[in-house]
Amino acid sequence: MKCFKVLSLVLSVLLVLALGSVAFSQEKGKIEIFSWWTAGGEAEGLQALFDIYSSLYPDVEIINATVAGGAGTNAKAVLKTRMLGGDPPDTFQVHAGKELIDTWVKTGFMEPLTDLFHSEGWVEVMPEGILDIVSYEGDYWSVPVNIHRANVLWYNKQIFADNGFAAPQTFDEFFEIADKLQEQGIIPFVLGTKDGWEAAHIFETVLIAKLGAEGYNGLWTGETKWSDPGVTEALETFKKMVTYLNPDHAAFTWDEAYEYIIDGQGAMSIMGDWVAGYFFSKEYTDFGWAPVPETAGVFDALSDSFGLPKGSKNRDNVINFLKVLGSKEGQEAFNLKKGSIPARTDINKDLFDDYQKSVMEDWEKDVIVPSVMHGAAAAEGWVTEFKDVIALFVARPDVEVTQRALVQVAERAGVAQ
Amino acid sequence: MKKTREEKILTFLFILPSVVLIAVFVYGFIGWTGWVSLTNWKDVVPDFTFVGFRNYTDLFQNLRFQISFKNILVFTVLFLVASIAVGLLLAILLDRKVRFENVFRSIYLFPMAISFIVTGVVWRWMLNPGTAITGSLGINMLLDEIGLGFLKSGWYTDPNVGIKAVVIPAVWQMSGYVMAMYLAGIRSIPQELSEAAQVDGASNWQVYRYIILPLLQPITLGAVIILTHISLKIFDLVVAMTGAGVGFSCDVPALFMYDTTFRGNFFAQGAAIATILLIFVAMLIIPYLRHGLKGGS
Amino acid sequence: MIFFAVFYLLPVYVLLATSFKSFAEVSLKDMWKLPQDISLDSFQIAWRGDASKGVTGLSKNFINSIYLVIPATIISSLLGSMNGYVFSKWKFRFSNLVLALIIFGMFIPYQSVLIPIVVVLQKIGLYGSIPGLIFIHCVYGVPITTLIFRNYYSTVPTELLEAAKIDGGGFLRIYRDIMLPISMPGFAVVMIWQFTSIWNDFLFGLVVAQKPSIQPITVALNNLAGSYFVEWNIQMAGALITALPPLLLYIFLGRYFMRGLLAGSLSGT
Repeated sequence: MKCFKVLSLVLSVLLVLALGSVAFSQEKGKIEIFSWWTAGGEAEGLQALFDIYSSLYPDVEIINATVAGGAGTNAKAVLKTRMLGGDPPDTFQVHAGKELIDTWVKTGFMEPLTDLFHSEGWVEVMPEGILDIVSYEGDYWSVPVNIHRANVLWYNKQIFADNGFAAPQTFDEFFEIADKLQEQGIIPFVLGTKDGWEAAHIFETVLIAKLGAEGYNGLWTGETKWSDPGVTEALETFKKMVTYLNPDHAAFTWDEAYEYIIDGQGAMSIMGDWVAGYFFSKEYTDFGWAPVPETAGVFDALSDSFGLPKGSKNRDNVINFLKVLGSKEGQEAFNLKKGSIPARTDINKDLFDDYQKSVMEDWEKDVIVPSVMHGAAAAEGWVTEFKDVIALFVARPDVEVTQRALVQVAERAGVAQ
Repeated sequence: MKKTREEKILTFLFILPSVVLIAVFVYGFIGWTGWVSLTNWKDVVPDFTFVGFRNYTDLFQNLRFQISFKNILVFTVLFLVASIAVGLLLAILLDRKVRFENVFRSIYLFPMAISFIVTGVVWRWMLNPGTAITGSLGINMLLDEIGLGFLKSGWYTDPNVGIKAVVIPAVWQMSGYVMAMYLAGIRSIPQELSEAAQVDGASNWQVYRYIILPLLQPITLGAVIILTHISLKIFDLVVAMTGAGVGFSCDVPALFMYDTTFRGNFFAQGAAIATILLIFVAMLIIPYLRHGLKGGS
Repeated sequence: MIFFAVFYLLPVYVLLATSFKSFAEVSLKDMWKLPQDISLDSFQIAWRGDASKGVTGLSKNFINSIYLVIPATIISSLLGSMNGYVFSKWKFRFSNLVLALIIFGMFIPYQSVLIPIVVVLQKIGLYGSIPGLIFIHCVYGVPITTLIFRNYYSTVPTELLEAAKIDGGGFLRIYRDIMLPISMPGFAVVMIWQFTSIWNDFLFGLVVAQKPSIQPITVALNNLAGSYFVEWNIQMAGALITALPPLLLYIFLGRYFMRGLLAGSLSGT
């Protein structure tokens, strides 16, 4: 009996403790910012934005909700459960384009930001191409913070200079250089595939090379069939590229693999220009760049943006954060670290690195195509399956099977083949 | 016992909350998931258009699904064999009245108390093969140092090893549990039985082979069922340690389900995977439950 | 036997050796070496976080997990005890079937209830909150607690109850005056089991409680370990912090832990 009394006393004390603790989630003066920026360069860019925000609104506590890994694939899964559960972060990173519009806007999860775009004057200073991919039915839905180029070939300048190589214009040249490098024991083509999306990113640029801008765009609308011989050629080319990879690619994330290039053990790689941000953060300057072979004149673009979900608990704080994001100062500070270029065109170009200046020039004269791996070109379900098929291709490079799978994936996404 | 009306009502009231919760959250939800798996829901907003078994037929053609199922079969077989072999061996060794038995037993069993996430994080570090930049790391480095360098492997980063590397931490975590089951079993066998055999001139080995092992069969069956159902559901360990791995060499159905549902928006397809998993587990567990509860009543 | 002991302790060695190293000493080449000086730097960062490294500390998550585990453990144990009492001593028609249906709940792959959990918790306003997660753990804890208590109470001689009935004790009196007082060891087993498994849970936390302010520690650890630039010593320190509460329980109350384990396996015997 005594035992029972002691037990019930202990239980009730614990219960009171526990219930008392439950009511603590009153949030005032906070803003939760959800992103997947955890690697060098991008994390620093985000911090630069926070710094500006904090200097303007020192009383607001910033909660940096990052979910690491997989170019945001982990984060997107987490975001989805939270949105469905009715517990959205105050604001979240989302790729402008289909990912924003198809997943969140059409389904009614977001608040329009059109007034903000007008009152802040963004409609005047952001290029039409970018405004287009954040709008739906006449409203603007998220604030783009940058523009990334995805089809960039990075190389170690020293190695290229030592051998008298010029950046390859075609894949034939690419393979020629790769063969010579291999003879010298240098890794010709560097990549980390740990997160499963990196191969799809490269394949996307090869698709652009083999199909051209128009053909590539057609893949996502049904005008180009996935059974097209151009796709076969892209797969064949990619299959050959994979044979020049560092054999331990599965052990690396994209940024870890770049140690090979910084170290002078590896020569070339294809990746978006977050690599520039990574190189900046490592204080490595001896890198060269060129468009991916056979894609000169085409700009494979993606844009990170932040939106305002319905039900955001700190709406005013979010609006203020979005103002910082869209401001000249905010875009400059962020992109200097991130390696991308600002979405605004009225920024001070002199602040930026040579690489970024060249991207700004290309942005104005190139043909722009939307990146698929980074959410601009196709709905999320399609991207996920596309990514899976290509990740599998790296391990089992069967062109025929893969092309058939790509056809199926497109059909499932509702694009008739 | 004979029950009064009041007692009947109280009996009912006592289990009512649990019965309602289980009815809704287990059976209701399973039914709902089963229903979702027959619909066209592939967006963040539900779409309950009935499509029959299309999600299932799609799945069977899906390469990732095929790979993840093959992986889970390989994983289950290796995990079962290794855990039971190690568990039984440890139980027999411990049974031999060694010094510090308690200490050893505690050492073998403590991983059971740890989260699969912790296990995954630690073993990811230990089985990190290292790269050309870093040189060998983790276990590989240790193997180099003790002159067993030829045993080095790419572990979970090698598509040919993949899920098999995950077996090591899984066995590390679960074999102590098997040991505990066997040890309890061995200790419940009357001493006289083996003593009598020894008097008849049976060797230690013969005692185990012909007397103890046959008596442990029910425990082996129990262990097989428990381990298999844990194995079929494995998720945390894979997420923390490897993710889907290169070419999905570490992928498992539970992870594929999470991915396709919450990353790919294929809610209906995710529900179909979950339902298939559930059917496998049910085929295993229902006979076991029927047998177990009948025996107990 | 020593060989196996080494195998089991190897990860512990790595955990300790890595997490107690100072940053100056952390080098990949020396991962198997003991630290020269014991340094708590990594624990400080893993616990408190370090804004300059973008690391969020686990202290908040540790406390979240405690807030989560205690009520969930208590409530599910009480429910289990009530059920166990009925299913062992007040059987009714089909009671074994109902029991089997309840117990089956502990074997299901939780993937098959994941989508409805998100949707339903949202509908009842419990999604993304600690009470919501407590609720989920209570529900899915009922099968195992019921099973353990049912087996535990089955060992109480029915004659004892019958004697009490003759003395005029009813359903509630018997439960309160006879069953509960002798339940302490049963509660110990069940509560340790529940504490451990709720603390160690990942999937429910991952799906239901992702907001940084309520994330349980396993989810936070997985995220910490997934960040590319978080050094190994911080990861190991985080892993150690996460493993500590259930390990302490195991070390000090190991025999109840053992019983819980065996109860979970030998269903119905």
